[in-house]
Formats: sequence, structure tokens, C-alpha cells
Amino acid sequence: MFEASRLECVRGDSRLFSDVGFLLEPGGLLHVKGPNGSGKSSLLRMLCGLILPESGEIKWNNVNIRHSEDYNQSLTYLGHLNGIKDELSGIENLRINCGLAGFDISEEQAYDALERMGLEGREHLPVSVLSQGQRRRVMLARLLVARTPLWILDEPIVALDTDAIGMIRSLFELHLDEGGMLILTTHQEMEIAAKTIQEVRLNS
Amino acid sequence: MKILAWVVKRDLLLAMRRKSDVLTTLFFFVIMASLFPLGVGPEPQLLKQMGPGVVWVAALLASMLSLGRLFSADYADGTLEQMLLCPESLALIVLAKAAVHWITAELPLVAFAPLLGLQFGLSEQALWVLIASLLIGTPVLSLVGSIGASLTLGLRGGGVLVSLLVLPLYIPTLIFGAGAVDASTSGLGAQGHLSILGALLVLSLLATPKAAAAALRISLE
Amino acid sequence: MSKVNLYKFSAPATFYGLAGQMIPGFAILSAILFAAGLYISFFVAPTDAQQGEAYRIIFIHVPAAWMSMFIYVVMAVYSGIGLAFNTRLSAMMAQALAPTGALFCFIALFTGSFWGKPMWGAWWVWDARLTSQLILFFLYIGFISLQAAIEDPKRADRAGALIALVGVINVPIIYFSVKWWNTLHQGASISFSKAPTMAHTMLAGMLVMAVACWTYTIAIALYRVRLIILERERHTTWASEILGGAK
Repeated sequence: MFEASRLECVRGDSRLFSDVGFLLEPGGLLHVKGPNGSGKSSLLRMLCGLILPESGEIKWNNVNIRHSEDYNQSLTYLGHLNGIKDELSGIENLRINCGLAGFDISEEQAYDALERMGLEGREHLPVSVLSQGQRRRVMLARLLVARTPLWILDEPIVALDTDAIGMIRSLFELHLDEGGMLILTTHQEMEIAAKTIQEVRLNS
Repeated sequence: MKILAWVVKRDLLLAMRRKSDVLTTLFFFVIMASLFPLGVGPEPQLLKQMGPGVVWVAALLASMLSLGRLFSADYADGTLEQMLLCPESLALIVLAKAAVHWITAELPLVAFAPLLGLQFGLSEQALWVLIASLLIGTPVLSLVGSIGASLTLGLRGGGVLVSLLVLPLYIPTLIFGAGAVDASTSGLGAQGHLSILGALLVLSLLATPKAAAAALRISLE
Repeated sequence: MSKVNLYKFSAPATFYGLAGQMIPGFAILSAILFAAGLYISFFVAPTDAQQGEAYRIIFIHVPAAWMSMFIYVVMAVYSGIGLAFNTRLSAMMAQALAPTGALFCFIALFTGSFWGKPMWGAWWVWDARLTSQLILFFLYIGFISLQAAIEDPKRADRAGALIALVGVINVPIIYFSVKWWNTLHQGASISFSKAPTMAHTMLAGMLVMAVACWTYTIAIALYRVRLIILERERHTTWASEILGGAK
């Protein structure tokens, strides 16, 4: 169970949002919406624990995430930066990113994940030669192997083509169906089937 | 522990793919030290006296210039955020990264230092002490530098700023590092200096990763 | 929500008023003490048998050196409080103190070199104290430039606090190593401890000057912290009322 109450965010001189709260149950989807600059990314980073809220509280299984023992193990956060290295190949990037997140995957698993992401034959190329959308896929491949219950994703489908978006959508639905939780921002419309769907709307 | 192994493996792999970075630091060190005789003249006695200090100052500056590599690439592409969110303690990750920084940026300097020492006419004994002092002292530079590097992430003019923050903190290492060689050539024995360098190393091993981790959290907020 | 905000901003807001009431007192006190201290220094204190009239510069030099060290420690304490309890006012105090600390540091170095010329025949000697003072000056500059380089005030506060704490831990280490270095290279060391016993009036002059520097520091830091508060809170109603009224 993931719960946030009365969150307030101040960046520099301006108050981006205040009094934001929600309660997310297993299988629940939370869509964060709002215009550019309304603080969507800040909210997601705050939910991860990267930004301290000015006031309010974020709880994972009834424990404040600041003091939670297992929050980082339960969370997969993908920001708008890809977090992949140009010099490394897709395989290396994926295995390293999973390793840093605390779970090791074999080379076969990494191959399999990249293949399902439609990167067959490009697994060993340095990422620098891939297109924007392909790099995004390398990053998103982590979701195929991650076993974390809570996903927080900032604009995950930006730069993806329709095939990939369809694939990602079914991945989300599978995750939610298995009792996972999903918090995301998207500018494109994306219909995702879920047990409960909530929306947080931020205004600038 | 596995995560730390991944951090080390990854940073080493990246250093292998960007060999030019390692070489640039090394050549900066060599050029920097070679400029001094051109500036002060070729008088052997003078050079012999200046040698240890010059090599140490050059190592200090070379290590400081390479601090940018410690976090900034990971900061720019979002990997650093992922490291903050991983289940391992951030201080240990900083320690792992500082260790790789030492291996890739400073160990090559230590390997080349005897060559520079020969240019300055240091005796064999002095060269050994120079190597020993650099081996103990340069990890301190990586560790202390990690604080400055993490505080200045993403700031305009971060490179110059990091030197303002870090160079004053390097002074004790410089004094005891170069002093060790001086003491040994003047017959006093280098043990005292080297043990204090060792103490500085222990102190910075204990204190700096935590401070740098706090700084990273501040800079990424 | 407005209740929460009011509570939060009340600390700097009330302090703004409090500081405003305290400044005149400290400023006047400091002016009187400076006048008295300078009078003692120049007219009452006897001419030194060995150093002649030139020694009188210590009446500025020594208090300035004391203050520069003391202010750095106070800054670090404020920084520690700010980091531990997330109090914004203490970070502002640290920021307000830094320029004064750097100023005293500079005065100590400047007057030290003026004192050094007639005493030692050189504008600068690599004496342990002078060198440590110089490094302290670098630490001040580092703190000020780091804060100036960061635009987000929250990050600036916390980053500055961290570097102040790192600095204050390093000050003793640096002082110790510089001293060690100085004793190893005997060339330029001058012993202060062997100076002839000071006349009572000299000591009195120095103490009065020191207290004057103290009160000056308090007054100027409060003045500066008021400006910082106003700048940070300019979007709140109380601050914009003051700003509007001043126009």
C-alpha cells in the first residue's frame, strides 16, 4: 500500500503544488496529469524520496519512506533521463542497471528482454549508435525483468513508436494484473486497464 | 555487496572504454611537472630540492582536474539518481566510486612519478619514499575530492569552484606527502610523515563517504 | 493550508522585527567601543620598547584574527543546527556571517603584513599562523562562492552548511600540519610567545577593540540577515508589505 498525504513542493521561489494526496492499493494505477512545469516530475521524484516534501508525508506499507527498510527494494523509478551509458552495449547497460537496482540477471535473461523490446540483433552495439526510441527501449527493458511491486515512471513512452507503446501497455496491464502498482505521467493518451484508476491533476 | 561490485565493475568498464580520459590526466601531470625546470632554471641542486613538492603539487592538480569524472557523467544521464534509489547505502557507493577514481586517475600518476622524480634528480631512496607517500596520500585526494565534486554537480563553473573548495582541504596531504620525501633526504626518516598520511587516510575513509553522500542528496534534490 | 504556512514563515518574520530592534543598540555600542579602543590604542598605551610605534597595529590585527576564527566556528555551529533541524534561519545566519568573517580574515592578513614589514623586513613570511590565516581565508572564499553559485536557496543553504562543517573539521588538521611544516622548515619562524609581557593598558586596548569587533559583527550580521530574510520571503504578504512601504 502506497500512501501520500498533503504533499507540498516548493522549488526556488514558487510553490509548485500543495495538498496533493492519494492512496494506492495493489493493482492500482495513478495517472499524474498537468501542463508543463506544473511539477509532475517533481512529484514523482518526491514520491521516490529524491526530494524532501516541504510538508506532508509519504508512506510505504504504513511506514514513512524516510524510515522504511524495504522501500528502495520495492521501487523501480525510471525518470525522463535514460540512465544508460553511450559507451556500453544494450546488454551491458541492462545488466548493470539491474545490478545497481539490487537484482542480478543472466546474460540470457538480458538477451531475452532486449529481444522482446524489439532490439534483436542490436544487443551488442554501443548504445551511442541507437536511435532515441531504441535507447528508451533499452531503459524500459528493465521493467521486463524487474520484480518490484511499485513502478514510478516519468514519461515512459516518449519517443516510442506505436508497436512499442502497445507492447508497453500490455506490460503495464500484466504488472497491474499481478497486483503491482503503477504511477506514471504521459503526454500521449494511453488507455490502461486496471482494477482502480486514479488521477492527480496538477495546475501551474 | 553485490551492488558495490557492480558499481566497481561498471566504472572500470567505462574507464576502459574511455581510455583517453585516463591518458589526459596522466599527460597533464607529466607536462605540469616538466614546466617547473623551464620556469626556474636547470640548476640541479635547486631541482633536487623542489622535486618532491613539484611532483606532489602536480599530482594534486591532476587529481583535482579529474574529479569531474567522478559523478558528473552519471549525474547528466540519470544514473546517479538510480544509485540514490538503490538498496545499498549511498556512502558505500561513494566509497566504491572513489576507489575506482583512484585506480583510474591516480594510480597511473603514482606509476609515472618515479620518472618525473628522475628528471628532478631525486635519489633512489627518495624515489621509493615518493612512491610510498603517493600511494598512501592520493586516495585521500580522491576521497576528499568526492565531497567537492558532489557539492558542485550541475553548477555553472563547477570545475573552477571545485578547486576553490577542495584545494585548501588538500593542504595537509600535500604537506605530509612532500614532507615525507624531504625528511628522508635530509636524514630524518620518513616514518613520521608516512604514518600521519596513513592517519589522514583512515580519517578520510571513515568520514568523507558519508559527507559526500549527504552532498549528493543535497545536489540531486 | 494557510495556517501551516503562517506558522512556518513566522520564525523569520518575527526575527526580522526582533533583529531590527537589536541593530541600533549594537551599532551604537560598537561605535563607542571602537572610539574608546582606538583612543587607548593610540594615546594611552605606551610606546613599545623594542617595536616602537609600529606595534600599535596589533590593536586591530589581533582582534581581527580572533574574530575571523571565531566567526567561522559560529558559522559551522549555525550550519550544523540548520542541517540537523532543517531550520532556515540558521542557514541564513551562516550566510550573513560569512562576508564579515572573510573581511576580518583579510584585515588580519593585511595588517599582519604591514606589521611584518618593519618587524621582519618582509611583507610576507610563511609563518605558521599567517599561513593558517591565509588558508582560513580560502575556506571563507570557498563557502561564499559555493553559495553564490547555487541558485536554489534551499540547496545553497544545505550545500553551504555542509562545506562549512567539512571546513571546521579540517581547520585543526590544517593548523596542525602547517605548524609541523613550519617547524620542519625553520627559516622564517618567529616566536610570538617570547614577546615581552604586555602592559596592562595594551591588554585593555586590545580587549576593548575585540569587544568592539564583536558588537560590530553582531550588528552587521543582523543587518545582513534582515536583507536575506526579506529577499527570501519577498513573495509573502508581510514581506511585500514592508517592501511596498519602503518604496
